[in-house]
Amino acid sequence: MFDATELNQKNERVEKLFRAGFGLMTVMLIIPVLIILTTLVVKGGSVVNFDFLFQSPTNGMTAGGIFPALLGTVWLVLVALLISVPLGVAAAVYLSEYAPENWFTRVINLAIINLAGVPSIVHALFGVGAFVLFFGFGTSILAASLTLAIMTLPLIIVATRESLQAVPYAFREACWNMGATRWQTIRRVVLPNAISGILTGVILEVSRTSGETAPIMFTGAAFFLPLLPQSVFDQTMALSLHLFVVSTQVPDMPEAVPYGVALVLICLVLLMNSLSIALRVYLRGRKKW
Amino acid sequence: MSEARAQASRVGQRNRDWYIDKAVEIIVFIGGISAIIFIVGIFVFITKEGLGFLADTFDFKEFFFSPNWRPTSEANPTYGILALMAGTASVTGLAMLVAIPFSLGAAIYVAEFATGKTREALKVLVELLAAIPSVVWGFIGLSIMNPLIIDLFNVPIGLTVLNAGIILGLMAAPIMTSIAEDALKAVPDRYREAAEAMGATRWQVIFKVVLPAAKNGLLGAVLLGVGRGFGETMAVLMATGHAINIPTSVFDSVRALTATIAAELGETANGSDHYQALFTIGIFLFIITFLINLSADLIVRGVRKG
Repeated sequence: MFDATELNQKNERVEKLFRAGFGLMTVMLIIPVLIILTTLVVKGGSVVNFDFLFQSPTNGMTAGGIFPALLGTVWLVLVALLISVPLGVAAAVYLSEYAPENWFTRVINLAIINLAGVPSIVHALFGVGAFVLFFGFGTSILAASLTLAIMTLPLIIVATRESLQAVPYAFREACWNMGATRWQTIRRVVLPNAISGILTGVILEVSRTSGETAPIMFTGAAFFLPLLPQSVFDQTMALSLHLFVVSTQVPDMPEAVPYGVALVLICLVLLMNSLSIALRVYLRGRKKW
Repeated sequence: MSEARAQASRVGQRNRDWYIDKAVEIIVFIGGISAIIFIVGIFVFITKEGLGFLADTFDFKEFFFSPNWRPTSEANPTYGILALMAGTASVTGLAMLVAIPFSLGAAIYVAEFATGKTREALKVLVELLAAIPSVVWGFIGLSIMNPLIIDLFNVPIGLTVLNAGIILGLMAAPIMTSIAEDALKAVPDRYREAAEAMGATRWQVIFKVVLPAAKNGLLGAVLLGVGRGFGETMAVLMATGHAINIPTSVFDSVRALTATIAAELGETANGSDHYQALFTIGIFLFIITFLINLSADLIVRGVRKG
């Protein structure tokens, strides 16, 4: 009906240019990371095998495997989850189901945002001052996990609160009308409907916790230990700290070992994140309301 | 009649369920205020450990204006963090130069241009980028970027402001992208529709309508990126070269505030001046990041109200 004027054509060209420009920027954000991942796989892939994962390091960590570090990370993450999940879910239930809209709730939200923004090394200092020294846990799994738990608390609170708020308000009203108390409503209706959203948050927290290094350096993780930890009051090795140690602290380290450790750590983290994303996509597809 | 009255009285009765309900309310309230308790706790405990230094050895002028950080000197230990602040500032500054254009560009692309599957895929990728642990980034700086910089620029050492700045930029970019994208998405579609109805092209809509409307949210994203860079520890510890130095070019090695704590805390005796000085740096970091996060929150919240 209308022919494109010169102005139209120019506008179209400009738009294409911008589109390509912004697309390029997005790609350039992703490309370096793909290069990095490929390098890790190429240089570290050769050392990662069954023995590497399930044997102890030998020869001053230049040979052998990473089993104590891997196990230590599992310990640290599990204990941290035991502390932060109940606390975080309680906090989210309060904020989503009970908290009135007033200045006090605003202060809580600010505290959560700030807790997430405190540098990890400051969390480490807090862990040393509070758990290692003041509460007398010493440098132990317990002290390190408490530090990690507090650090990742905002993550679990935010994820849980979002999934609680995604449960339609009418569900609660229906339940109250049946004479249920507030807690009965939360336990029988709200939480079961939000549980998978909470789970994605928990998996994300596993990913985040297993990669943290600074908070555990002085609170419970050691460079090298000959024995595996026996209880939460022992020190432990950890995968993230092990990467730091083998890449900076040990002379004559074969090049492939730190690459291998980095590869295992990043695979663990990305696996957890992918799991969380997949679960979220699956849930979105299944949602009935 | 009496039946109804009995039931009516049971409504207000304090039975088992009533007590459970109250108990739960108290428990979740404690959970709710835990974040406040921890923030206050962090401040109290790091101040407690650093107090001895603050009360005795601390000299405001030396601490903030002396470039000499020599805590282990036997004869005359000095505690100046100027060079460390310069290190942190230079690395964070360069990181923002890298991260701001790319993350805003990516946010605009994801929010305004990309559709359907592409959009979802890009969002997932950005999320995965944000998940890479800082110690892995540090290792990348050390083992991949370091030789690359030495080769490319023909310089003797690659563990420099440039290295750490790029690493930190890549680390901060994903978070900034997703917050900036949220800010762009928060601009109501009717703004775009109105502009398009006036004959504006897509890029005119973005530059003249969407970006100005999302200004505060974007600023919040940048501030959070700055906060992230400022507080990053392992990556800057491994990629800066860790040399106390006020940088004059991007090829100088520097040392950051956070990295100093991480590198030295393990070697100090509990309660020594050096140990307490490190906690004093911690107090300083806590206050700065607190202010950054607070202002980012106020700015972003300002948008939602407006």
